Amino acid sequence: MSRVGILQFVSFFIYVLVQALLLKNLVLFNTGFCFVYVAFILLLPIETSTLVLMSLGFIIGFAIDIFYNSLGLHALTMVFIAYLRNYWLSAITPQGGYDLGTIPNLKSSGLQWFLVYMMPMVFVHHLTLFLVESAGFTLFWYSMLKTITSLLFTMTIIVVLQYLVPQRSRT
Amino acid sequence: MERLLNFVYAYRAFFTFLLLETFCAWLVIQNNQYQGAKYFNSSNRMVARMNQTSQNIREYFSLVEINTTLAQENSMLHKKLEQREQALQFLQLNQVIDSAMFHRFDYVSAKVVNNTTKYYKNFITINRGTDVGLKPGMAVIGSGSVVGKVKSVSNHFAVLISLLNLDEQVSCMIKRTGHFGTAQWDGTDPSLVSLKYIPRHVQPAVGDSIVTSGYNAVFPSGIFIGKIKAFKLNNEAPFYEINVELGLDFSKLAFVDVIKSRLKNERDSIEQITIGELK
Repeated sequence: MSRVGILQFVSFFIYVLVQALLLKNLVLFNTGFCFVYVAFILLLPIETSTLVLMSLGFIIGFAIDIFYNSLGLHALTMVFIAYLRNYWLSAITPQGGYDLGTIPNLKSSGLQWFLVYMMPMVFVHHLTLFLVESAGFTLFWYSMLKTITSLLFTMTIIVVLQYLVPQRSRT
Repeated sequence: MERLLNFVYAYRAFFTFLLLETFCAWLVIQNNQYQGAKYFNSSNRMVARMNQTSQNIREYFSLVEINTTLAQENSMLHKKLEQREQALQFLQLNQVIDSAMFHRFDYVSAKVVNNTTKYYKNFITINRGTDVGLKPGMAVIGSGSVVGKVKSVSNHFAVLISLLNLDEQVSCMIKRTGHFGTAQWDGTDPSLVSLKYIPRHVQPAVGDSIVTSGYNAVFPSGIFIGKIKAFKLNNEAPFYEINVELGLDFSKLAFVDVIKSRLKNERDSIEQITIGELK
């Protein structure tokens, strides 16, 4: 296993533990949740294949589900995000395309591109999560409120982490 | 055949996507049913241990509050017991007439290891399991108010389905008038539940106590749920819309009591037999 592989492997456990033990208890204004583990899938190298992404998404989602007592819920949303990720990446390819081995993080592409890449993905993740959890559209507007507050919260944490933790721009 | 295989291979990502999503959806639906998968939740021993450590750390910061609540509950129970004794003495009923009925319910005290109140489907993990005889379906109360039902148990831990869960319904009644309804959380405010199926002719009042009805053998009758905070009757609507303010602050839950109903099996089986005969 390459060095990057090992780093990703370790970060998997860090994401799950931080999410399950710390961020699970941290809820702002009753509606703002922080699902920072989404970043694990979104920050994998650009040429990672959709199949690998979906398998990893399923595994991390399943691990989170065990702690949240919500079997299948986070796994479902993570597989969904993992499936959409590469399509979204190719839709927002910058001029000149991506360099081989780039990690789509803040250091490699700048804050503006990073936000354009992250925000819609995190938004879709949160919205599907709350809609599936409430099993339908009866609580749609409340779910929307939850989605927006959580989006702001999660994005703040992800961006702050990008500055705090030293990032590598390529594999 | 080969073209079909080529087609599947060309769209393998999409097919894997469908497969995984179907599997996940199946898991979600399974889990929503009352007694879902038993292993992959926080009653799993390793997960529960981790949660317990995390809860122990958090608990230090609210020890004073927890102690006060427990002391208050204790003194309240002492007072009640004393009054009951007096009443029994007065009526000369202190010998137990039917011991089976008298020992109908048994209580097991447990500590909350993990608790959420802000999701749509909230669960509580406690540190008692099959080792003290817990079984799925048992009722749980805390400080004399309804908390929820046991969903799944492992050796030393159990996951409860909280009253603050969209899937949980408790049969209850307005204590003053005696009319039956169903209490269910609406998913937004963790201090309110809605009381459903109270028909038009009833006249509820703000401040009326809502207690369990005892119709479903899980909860003993007369356990406090909350007080009516507001109610509304729309034109043409068959039932009232009633908001009930919970008597218990779920976010500060530290200790709960699991109720073991000794006669539940007997009651269930006789109801089953009767329903079977009618068919």
